[in-house]
Amino acid sequence: MRSSVSPAPARFTDLGIRIAGVCTVLAVFELTARTGLLPRAWFPPISEMYLELGKLAFGWPLWVEIGRTLSGWALGIGLAAVLAIPLGIALGTNNLAYRLSKAVIEFLRPVPSVALIPLAVLVYGTGLEMKTFLIAFATFWPILLQTIYGVQGVDPVAMDTARCYGLPQSARFTQIIAPSAAPFIATGLRIASAIALVLAITAELVVGAPGLGQAIIVAQSGANATRMYALIIVAGLLGWALNSCFQFVERRLLRWHPAQRGEEGR
Amino acid sequence: MTRRIGYLLLPAILPIAVLLGYGIWSIPAQNFYFPPLPEIIGFFRDIWLFDRIGSDLVPSLARMLSAYAISIGLGVPIGLALGFSRLLRTACEPVVEFLRALPAPALIPFALLIFGAGNGSKLFVIVLGAIWPILLNSLDGARGVDRTQLDMARSYQVPRLARLRHIVLPAASPRIFAGMRTSLAIALILMVVSEMVASSHGLGYFVLQAQRSFAIPEMWTGIILLGILGFLLNAIFLRIENRVLFWHRAVTRKRPTKARSEATDA
Repeated sequence: MRSSVSPAPARFTDLGIRIAGVCTVLAVFELTARTGLLPRAWFPPISEMYLELGKLAFGWPLWVEIGRTLSGWALGIGLAAVLAIPLGIALGTNNLAYRLSKAVIEFLRPVPSVALIPLAVLVYGTGLEMKTFLIAFATFWPILLQTIYGVQGVDPVAMDTARCYGLPQSARFTQIIAPSAAPFIATGLRIASAIALVLAITAELVVGAPGLGQAIIVAQSGANATRMYALIIVAGLLGWALNSCFQFVERRLLRWHPAQRGEEGR
Repeated sequence: MTRRIGYLLLPAILPIAVLLGYGIWSIPAQNFYFPPLPEIIGFFRDIWLFDRIGSDLVPSLARMLSAYAISIGLGVPIGLALGFSRLLRTACEPVVEFLRALPAPALIPFALLIFGAGNGSKLFVIVLGAIWPILLNSLDGARGVDRTQLDMARSYQVPRLARLRHIVLPAASPRIFAGMRTSLAIALILMVVSEMVASSHGLGYFVLQAQRSFAIPEMWTGIILLGILGFLLNAIFLRIENRVLFWHRAVTRKRPTKARSEATDA
């Protein structure tokens, strides 16, 4: 968005520089593989990876795998959001409840979620439920904390004014709390999206739940290095696409918010 | 007085209640997956005091901390360099965005091929996941340095290194620390994940192995230890941050630095 304020010619130069940067990196990888700096069996030239990627993209299986990974991702985040946002609002508005639960939150939040993989496998098996549970647990915390911060950060003057004018509770919520906490919750969801993808891929890699991660392992054990790299590239593109989507939606929906406007004006 | 003590004790009530509740429920329940609390504690003592500390905990921690150090050592200078050079920043942006979005566990097969199953591949995976918050926050920190200060220092011919040491680093350090805190959580997660795949020791290996051999109480001790580890690392980090950035906290009280939205603490 930064480029949106610069005049058109500068934007074109920027685009040129970006393309040049990408091309340089790709060329370096291509050369290391072609000259044998990295053994070719382990690291094929990047052009071959993209050829393989192109072939995969026209086949059905790749999209099925992506769909499997994304379904765990979506279910997990959805579940976490449904639980964390109301709880966060409750804890953010009620100081007593916040103090009561603070220690539990502070202790559970830094627990590395991947440590729960074995437990999740025991209880839920290796399917979609396991993935959903893991992702929901891991993404619950960032969403909860961001919601609490957002609600606690509501301008007290605005709240007091509303109370003085006798605004009913529901109106205070929809008119003041919800709008001012919304950007925080959006950030929480964006953070959650990245975490969820990492966990989905991890669960598929480690446990063998069906999805992109498992496909990567299968390609690796089948000594199909080119396909493995193509799939890794897919994973990166997927993460990038999800992140961009969230950023785009955030900008659109929260255009009115000062934080967003500040970012655009920079 | 009693009110104050009650207020201070408030956060402890819920954790104690949860532990007690689990203890009371688990003994008669005899659930296979959720063994009684005394049994878990007994196993914890047997295993982690101090039988497997040297064989599992120390190597894990050493790997994690050295990878974390590498991430800081690379991330801060690169981030500052990108922050100061518009050309470099624009050229690297797409590549950085892609690598950042790439879920680090997807690179485990790649790391195994290139570095083998030893420490190298684990360090690589941890660094490649943990470096981004540090790098991006350093970048933002460098961009946020007061231009007037820099120009003035330049016109007084303050040497480059002194400018870096006395102007850039102090101005950027709150952001850098925010990134480092995020990275710490990521490093811990990736430590566990990297040990779950192709490893013969370490905490992640221990937990997964315990689950696969249905040694449920042992598995729980591993999970609990990882939780304690996450909690302790976070607490230590906060102490260090408070000490190093005391001037910042004092100046801008009540305005804690918000980590860049990449804050992916899970």
